[in-house]
Amino acid sequence: MRRLLHTIISLAFVLLSGFTTSAFAETVRIAAASDLKFALEKLADDYARATGHKLGLTFGSSGLLATQILHGAPFQLFLSADESYVAELSAAGKTLDAGLLYALGRLVLIAPKGGRLVPDAELQGVAAMLKSANPGRFAIANPEHAPYGKRAEEVLRARGLWQDLQPYLVLGENVSQAAQFATSGSAQGGIVALSLVKTPQVESRVNYVMLPDTLHQPLRQRMVLMKNAGPVARDFYRYLQQPAARAVFQRYGFELPQEPH
Amino acid sequence: MDWVAFWLSIKLGIFTVLLLLPLAMFAARWLSTAQFPGKSLLEASLAVPLVLPPTVVGYYLLVGLSNDSFIGRWLVELTGHGVVFHFSGLLIASMIVNIPFAVQPMQRAFEAIPQEIRDAAACCGMSRWRQLLTVEIPLAWPGMLTALVLTFAHTLGEFGVVLMVGGNLPGETRTIAISIYDRVQAFDLEAAGQMSLILLIFSVAVLAIANSLSRRLLKPGMKQGMRSHV
Repeated sequence: MRRLLHTIISLAFVLLSGFTTSAFAETVRIAAASDLKFALEKLADDYARATGHKLGLTFGSSGLLATQILHGAPFQLFLSADESYVAELSAAGKTLDAGLLYALGRLVLIAPKGGRLVPDAELQGVAAMLKSANPGRFAIANPEHAPYGKRAEEVLRARGLWQDLQPYLVLGENVSQAAQFATSGSAQGGIVALSLVKTPQVESRVNYVMLPDTLHQPLRQRMVLMKNAGPVARDFYRYLQQPAARAVFQRYGFELPQEPH
Repeated sequence: MDWVAFWLSIKLGIFTVLLLLPLAMFAARWLSTAQFPGKSLLEASLAVPLVLPPTVVGYYLLVGLSNDSFIGRWLVELTGHGVVFHFSGLLIASMIVNIPFAVQPMQRAFEAIPQEIRDAAACCGMSRWRQLLTVEIPLAWPGMLTALVLTFAHTLGEFGVVLMVGGNLPGETRTIAISIYDRVQAFDLEAAGQMSLILLIFSVAVLAIANSLSRRLLKPGMKQGMRSHV
């Protein structure tokens, strides 16, 4: 019995230490806003194929990731969905420079296909939903720390729906979870990032409409290298500014800033 | 299926067991006989991770171990890197939340050993160490096995603390539970379903093996041992 246990444990040890540590010892860690989930996975794949460098991607709300970086999380590059968090990190002396505007995000109103809510840019469907006997749930990202949630709140305020919608809101921890809620069928719909809809597994399941960007502050998405950034992170940062990468951002529904600055 | 996350969880479980169980054994042995003022308070503080929301533990660890804190700075000097958002931080967190799962079953097992047996062993001239190794541990072995299995299984299932202290880094702190959460958010329900199923089967299997082992250990070993000693 004791010998058996001993064998199992030592075997596991050898297996595990080889498996996890060596493969990831040199991982270049990148923190990215959740709206980039599909676009950046594609870009990191392309980059790995072209250069052989594998990147460790972590997605979350920009606010959460910025907090983690402030507390010492070992990320070398941060792609925020918003400028303010980059400015905060920059002021705290964590970043190499002020970073670069890489994309402008857009909001969409989405609803599961076959559901009661039919998306329209005026949000009349949402207003009608509120007047119905059983309005159901409406998903947005948490405005406290998710930029897309903050912008969704602005849109709902601009349309005069924010107060009435309060009891029916479900808050995703980040915009990707909000999209998951909105498409799951347990909510009537939600306001999320266009970039999360522009992928077959989501697009086939939802109806969506772009919301006018005049209803909210722009989602100026900025990326920035941290002070500890190594050569691979710097190279990937440059890669993201190339026309090929910019085309990928565009394909996932991002608007491109006129000139990088 | 995220095998890296799966092995990371297993690795975390093994390290937690290896580091926590010996310490917990001595604590359990001591608590099983010691009488002193404030014992209830100490036992309560050891059990508190059972009822405390993982986010509370996560919050204190995040603040307490962060690179700006006193302990955090000391750990940075010691290890060369911060422990928050690092496997070692996860290990510390995991050891803390598992204290009750490790201590309580062993304490109960030690408490169940009749005082007469200890007295008999002492009468035979056994030293305290020899008593522990040859009499008490063999008798408390089922409780120790329970502690081992509970600690290991609970580590695989830990989510809140891991998310707060670990920060979802692939290969470093993204355990299987976090990976499932991650896959659901990425609309990858297929992978999330696969991983959940594997975790479910694995957990049931581990518990079943432990149960049958402890039953087998208990039957001939313990009863006979008791009878011959008493």
